[in-house]
Amino acid sequence: MLTIGLTHYLVVGAALLSCGIYVMSTKRNAIGILIGVELVLNSAAVNFVAFDRFLVQTTLDGQIATLFVIVLAAAEAAIAVAICVNLYKNLTSVDVDQASRLQG
Amino acid sequence: MVLRLHKLTIPSLVAVAGLLLTAAPALALSAGGEASPTEATKVAAPGSLFDAIMFYVVALVTVVSALGVCISKNVVRMAVWLFCTLGCVGLLYFLLAATFVGAIQFIVYVGGTLVLLIFGVMLTSKSPWARYETHPVELSAALVVCVGLFSTLCLVFSSMRWPVVQWETEGTAVRDIGVALLTRYLVPFEAAAVLLFIVMVGAAHLARQEKK
Repeated sequence: MLTIGLTHYLVVGAALLSCGIYVMSTKRNAIGILIGVELVLNSAAVNFVAFDRFLVQTTLDGQIATLFVIVLAAAEAAIAVAICVNLYKNLTSVDVDQASRLQG
Repeated sequence: MVLRLHKLTIPSLVAVAGLLLTAAPALALSAGGEASPTEATKVAAPGSLFDAIMFYVVALVTVVSALGVCISKNVVRMAVWLFCTLGCVGLLYFLLAATFVGAIQFIVYVGGTLVLLIFGVMLTSKSPWARYETHPVELSAALVVCVGLFSTLCLVFSSMRWPVVQWETEGTAVRDIGVALLTRYLVPFEAAAVLLFIVMVGAAHLARQEKK
């Protein structure tokens, strides 16, 4: 119990993943969904660093994967916020249920 | 307005207090590591009591603030809770001896992405307190799915036997990461550079003002 191992970090990652999926599936605000995506990406990043610390000996694969996750998350957030601003310009709302113009 | 500010104050106070509580020992740990490498090896060795207590405190604040993101209805409050979660994930990286990744987490995520999100909230709402209600059936279905997912994952983790190596570490040297990025990971590194350029142009194009 007092020895912190891989499993402890994986459980934290699983909790973050579940919270992220909950946020993504229940929030109707587009920015809220983006926040859920950030939580999911962070859970993956925690797992990468934990595996790097506990399973791989000399390589830095996990840490570099996490760096790429952070870069991709920043890029994704920039594009998604731009899309949300556009959505708001067109609909004067960021409720994702109202963005159904392509539904036919 | 005073009442509304007051409502936001509670999560933000919790966030700041939690960060301060957890950040102080972690900073002491990393500062000690820079001062004397042998000391750092001793502190970062898995299994020390200090490490365990630090982990439990940081993990608890991480999970509680992630739950705060789930529970809060208001997007500004969600962003404040997310701030706390991201900061604590950064502290987890420090506890995992990945100091460079932790620093990048603080700089890029907490300093950049979160500010971007808050700007997004500011630009896309008539009032930042606007609410979007979700149907209770959807809420409970999502709750069942997520609790099921979490318990399944925990079951899997408890039954797995990982080939764990507990190696002593003094933390990652930034030099090693730099060398790895420019040798083994050169192609993904360049791809990320091109991606960031495309994102910059694309975001500017998407968000620009249409001339009529």
